[in-house]
Amino acid sequence: MDATLARVDVVVIGGGNAGLCAAISARRSGASVLVVEAAPKFYRGGNTRHTRNMRCAHDSATKILSGPYTQDEFFEDLLRVTQGQTDEVLARLMIRESQDMLGWIVEQGVRWQPSLGGTLSLGRTNSFFLGGGRAMLNALYLTAERLGVEVLYDTEVVEMEMEGGRCSGVLVRRPDGMHRISAKAVVAAAGGFEANIDWLKEAWGPSAGNFLIRGTPYNRGTVLKMLMDKGVETIRDPTQCHAVAIDARAPKFDGGIITRLDCVVFGIVVNNRAERFYDEGEDIWPKRYAIWGRLVAQQPDQIAYILFDASSLELFMPSLYPPIAAPTIAELAGKLGLDAEALTRTVEGFNAAVRPGTFDDKTLDDCRTEGLTPPKSHWARKLQTAPYYAYPVRPGITFTYLGVRVGADARMRMADGTGADNLFAAGEIMAGNVLGRGYAAGIGMTIGSVFGRIAGREAADHARH
Amino acid sequence: MHATDALKEADRLMTVCNSCRYCEGLCAVFPAMEMRRAFTSGDLNYLANLCHACGGCYTDCQFSPPHEFNVNVPRTLATVRAQSYAHYAWPGALAVLFRRNGLFVALATAASVALFIFAFMGAGGAHFGEAVQGTGAFYRIMPHELIAWLFGGVFTFGLVALALSLRHFWRDIGDAAESPLAPRPLWQAIKDAGSLRYLDGGGVGCYNKDEKPDDNRRFYHHLTFYGFMLCFAATSVGALYHFLFEWEAPYPWWDLPVVLGTLGGLGLVVGPIGLLRAKRQRDPALLSEAGAGMDKAFTVMLLLTAVSGLLLLVLRATPAMNALLAIHLGIVFALFLSLPYGWFVHGLYRFAALVRYAQERARDA
Repeated sequence: MDATLARVDVVVIGGGNAGLCAAISARRSGASVLVVEAAPKFYRGGNTRHTRNMRCAHDSATKILSGPYTQDEFFEDLLRVTQGQTDEVLARLMIRESQDMLGWIVEQGVRWQPSLGGTLSLGRTNSFFLGGGRAMLNALYLTAERLGVEVLYDTEVVEMEMEGGRCSGVLVRRPDGMHRISAKAVVAAAGGFEANIDWLKEAWGPSAGNFLIRGTPYNRGTVLKMLMDKGVETIRDPTQCHAVAIDARAPKFDGGIITRLDCVVFGIVVNNRAERFYDEGEDIWPKRYAIWGRLVAQQPDQIAYILFDASSLELFMPSLYPPIAAPTIAELAGKLGLDAEALTRTVEGFNAAVRPGTFDDKTLDDCRTEGLTPPKSHWARKLQTAPYYAYPVRPGITFTYLGVRVGADARMRMADGTGADNLFAAGEIMAGNVLGRGYAAGIGMTIGSVFGRIAGREAADHARH
Repeated sequence: MHATDALKEADRLMTVCNSCRYCEGLCAVFPAMEMRRAFTSGDLNYLANLCHACGGCYTDCQFSPPHEFNVNVPRTLATVRAQSYAHYAWPGALAVLFRRNGLFVALATAASVALFIFAFMGAGGAHFGEAVQGTGAFYRIMPHELIAWLFGGVFTFGLVALALSLRHFWRDIGDAAESPLAPRPLWQAIKDAGSLRYLDGGGVGCYNKDEKPDDNRRFYHHLTFYGFMLCFAATSVGALYHFLFEWEAPYPWWDLPVVLGTLGGLGLVVGPIGLLRAKRQRDPALLSEAGAGMDKAFTVMLLLTAVSGLLLLVLRATPAMNALLAIHLGIVFALFLSLPYGWFVHGLYRFAALVRYAQERARDA
């Protein structure tokens, strides 16, 4: 092993939104900063590459947001999706700071785009990055480098030199060998473990082998595991994650946003026994979008099929892969490998239960079923216009919630209840503190930016004293 | 369904982009794409000509190579764009000129320069090599009528060829019943084209060699375009002087045609050099082989036109004037000759696409 590669005030592990916000904030506080990123340059930034927007509280409409979104309303939304599984102190802190983040992030070179035409109905609550998540990352990297932050790509942390809650340096593996980086403070912003299928299997059993990973293949949880082994306190359980139902034909890793399907509300969803298993019309997309990954994960072989007919084909966003089409339900079953009789029976049963109503895909309309289990509460229309279509879907894991516990200063807590000396965390690796279950669009980025900024500032402060 | 591999690839990419839409704030291509769910060849040619090749969507894209989805919109649309020029060309038989455009321009230039030198020697051989000064000096070497006929002829042919090609394009990219001359969309397109609104990567500039944007290409393109327009204005004013007032060239340095021509000429020197340099520095991943050479040939012709014109201005009182005039007129003639079959058409098609986009936006609003 070579001698120490670098000696810095603050080493940031992970170069996503949280890591870059930490690096920029630490550098602006006067510290020398090194970012180590496990991925090669193109894949830098973890899941931030695939994100698009951030949820921030604001008191009035702006050029980019169509209306006010108060801190209280944000907190209520968070309580609803997490069903109370959130650390209220940290959640309120994050929401308070998110208000300031709208401007701070722009000062770091990130650009917002004017509120959208309405494909996502998030124009009031969420701000969208102009050009998407990778554009946002590019801007943060440019700013960080301009400030003098050093970035090492293809650099994986393989060991942390810990003594109790103090870390004096990290060992990294680079293409040219192993190196040691000595640091006065460490910010762990290395993401979750969703790309580590073995770890997912420990939590979910063998069914996790059928999960698709929507984002980066580099979030393998190595740093999280190291911290857990070294006595840092953890929070949440390994089965909690943000999972949606995505096209089953998507690649195993990194398919990103374009594998999403937002047509669940327009049809019915069956498992490979041709049985419906949940109310497809429970609430409007994207409010219930995030529950379908978990639902499909609980079905046999972790696969399901969204069925709809010609009348719904153009009601939703175009998708990457074309739907599978057939002139009759029985032929569609054949193409999907389902039992034709069973599927026909399910569709006929559904059609018979549909009550007349006025279809309106913008609100919770009065089109519903009666006497059907499970019911379809809204947008229930008979599947009767050929051709019939189907999308096969699988659970697509976006990110995991098991993480390290932190305080309001983003400092990690040790399992014995004491605060770590010089260890801070930001982003997905500590998201579980705020987001114990469920998901609402853009909160991942809020956690990353807010706690990244705090962690960077606190780490720099620690390094100075 | 599509005739070329580039169109098939563009179709694939637009399907990918339409299911992502992260780039919709960057330029006109993506909002125009969002108005469609499936793409005809005409749609793709429209989108390709709407693209200003700023590279923003490539640098911002999470699926650009090396990602397996291999999304490279600027390069694919550049290929479609270059092929569209030949596809819509009138007369169709001359579409082949696009393929070997550099060679065509070189041959046309050599032949035109030779034509003018021989014409000079025939018309005013006695003066060849002497300093000829004073009013009407140019026409003592070569009669004005001859110049007017030659240029008038090639210019008229060029206009007809361009107009018919453009009509072909316009009919293919959308609702042909809609006139391109509806005033509001036309004015919007003039503003967008005049400011190169969509060459700014969504506001920060253009991406050239890496993920650090700058605005150099827009600046040099402005110099080139407005330089060209000033030279065009200089020629027009000169023609007015000649035919309306019977004032004969050369004009004094402070007179309008010379002032316009000099300013335009300077723009046409700095602009093309800047564009050629920017092209050389550009990330090869963004460049298409299909148009390679075509744009360079045109840019070099503009540069040669300006350099020979400025030299003529500076040296017009010396014995070099005759030869320079022959060379300058030869180059300008070749430039005119190649206009309908070279990179010049990018401006027209892009403008037509901007008009169509403005119409679609107005309808959508």
